[in-house]
Amino acid sequence: MLLKITGLNAFYDNVHALKNIDLTIEKGEIVSLIGSNGAGKTSTLSCITGLVAARSGRIVYKDRDITNFPAHKIVGLGISLSPEGREVFPGLTVEENLRLGMYAKGGRKESAPYARVYELFPRLKERNQQIAGTLSGGEQQMLAIARALMSEPELLLLDEPSLGLAPNLVLLIFELIKEISKQGVTILLVEQNANMALLVSNRAYVLETGRVALSGESGSLLNDENIKKAYLGNVS
Amino acid sequence: MAIFIQQLCNGLALGLVYALVAVGYSLVFGILRLINFSHGAVYAFGAHAAFFFVGLNFGPVPAIIAALVITGLLGVVIDKTALAPLRKKRSVPIAALVTTLGISNIIQNLLVVKFGSQRKPFPDFFNLGAFTLGGIQFSSRQFVMFGVSLVLLLLLLLVVNKTKIGLAMRATAQNAKAASLMGINVNSIITLTFLMGGASAAIAGGMVGGYYQVVYPGMGFMIGLKAFAASVLGGIGSLPGALVGGLLVGVIESIAALYIGSNYRDSMAFIILIVVLIVRPAGLFGKNEVVKV
Repeated sequence: MLLKITGLNAFYDNVHALKNIDLTIEKGEIVSLIGSNGAGKTSTLSCITGLVAARSGRIVYKDRDITNFPAHKIVGLGISLSPEGREVFPGLTVEENLRLGMYAKGGRKESAPYARVYELFPRLKERNQQIAGTLSGGEQQMLAIARALMSEPELLLLDEPSLGLAPNLVLLIFELIKEISKQGVTILLVEQNANMALLVSNRAYVLETGRVALSGESGSLLNDENIKKAYLGNVS
Repeated sequence: MAIFIQQLCNGLALGLVYALVAVGYSLVFGILRLINFSHGAVYAFGAHAAFFFVGLNFGPVPAIIAALVITGLLGVVIDKTALAPLRKKRSVPIAALVTTLGISNIIQNLLVVKFGSQRKPFPDFFNLGAFTLGGIQFSSRQFVMFGVSLVLLLLLLLVVNKTKIGLAMRATAQNAKAASLMGINVNSIITLTFLMGGASAAIAGGMVGGYYQVVYPGMGFMIGLKAFAASVLGGIGSLPGALVGGLLVGVIESIAALYIGSNYRDSMAFIILIVVLIVRPAGLFGKNEVVKV
């Protein structure tokens, strides 16, 4: 087991954002986390990456308790986040953004991570000297994912990678997610696009107001009548 | 003409010192979006520290280096004791701003307690004598001050733009949350920023002390405001902006002193500040960042 979350509770002031979340991820899986706005998807990722403090519960990564580790120590462990809203460094070039992605790897200047992300995202190679803030939304999303890959993580957390993208780009991003998974990276995927998320993932958790409402094989959730009604919008 | 060139050199030399102080505002503003109004007092502290170490017969250069270290640490102490707790509590930005004003007063008063409020003579330690060039007499002090400031500013620019830690600083300035996700320890970056700001203020203070051969606790007030005006002129948060802004303020006030009258000298920086805020609020090098959705 790569990541195991048990009984996780988190608060924003007095708002109880996560209520006893239990979640496991096996090595090599794509696990998706779906649910509506405010269900606790991003909060879960924020707890894993140390951006939000857990009030109780445990987050164990590779048999190591990482609950409430400071954010800057997480990436060095092999967990990397492509955050919601991309959060690229707008005034830095694409290349500088990528270089920051491997900041945690120390002073070593490696070319392998660049080669890998440039192969996945040829557009970024073309534009590696462009200022990130001037990229299109889709390119910024690619940059955010590429930057997260630069640290060569074992566990990649993707928060809403398809948000605000044109339909053909959404398809492209999901193709890339499958490709990254094939390269041996375990992926935790947070999505509002439940349909796509369930299609691409092995297993899924459905969050509702901070709780795990349902979980199981993605294929069976895809055919679940309640899920269809609540999240997929294609009642048949 | 001779006097014009002399004033121009004077303005350039003073301008680079303003720039050295202005980078302190810009560095902190870049990372924390905070105008650190204690910076002028930190500068005065630096000058007094140099004065103190010179008094201990350190010799001028070691004295300045000792002052640089202790003043850099003062910057860090200010952040750790007063500003970091406010950030941790996520208090409103104005609280930190008012805190820096308070710290400014505390530092100045501590200087009065330790050294007295009177003006104290500072050794004329980098005067290599006057020299004549093309029939115009120059003081070598100006050139030393200009040279030292320029080297330091270029060094600072080099660190920020060409090193790994500099990249981490720029990343933190643009998005602290994303920077921490990259593995950058944002708190260390903030500490480093205050250290660099304090150290550059100390060098500026020591040099101005040597230039005018006087130090006193209130000496940071006017230069602090002028340097602030310079950093706004250049675009606060931008280091090249601080350099150019400082030079412009220094030159304009020296020229104004010549043609309008030296009584107006100190007001020039603020006239510039007002004009900039009206005409180009982002400053010369400042830009409104593009945010794409």
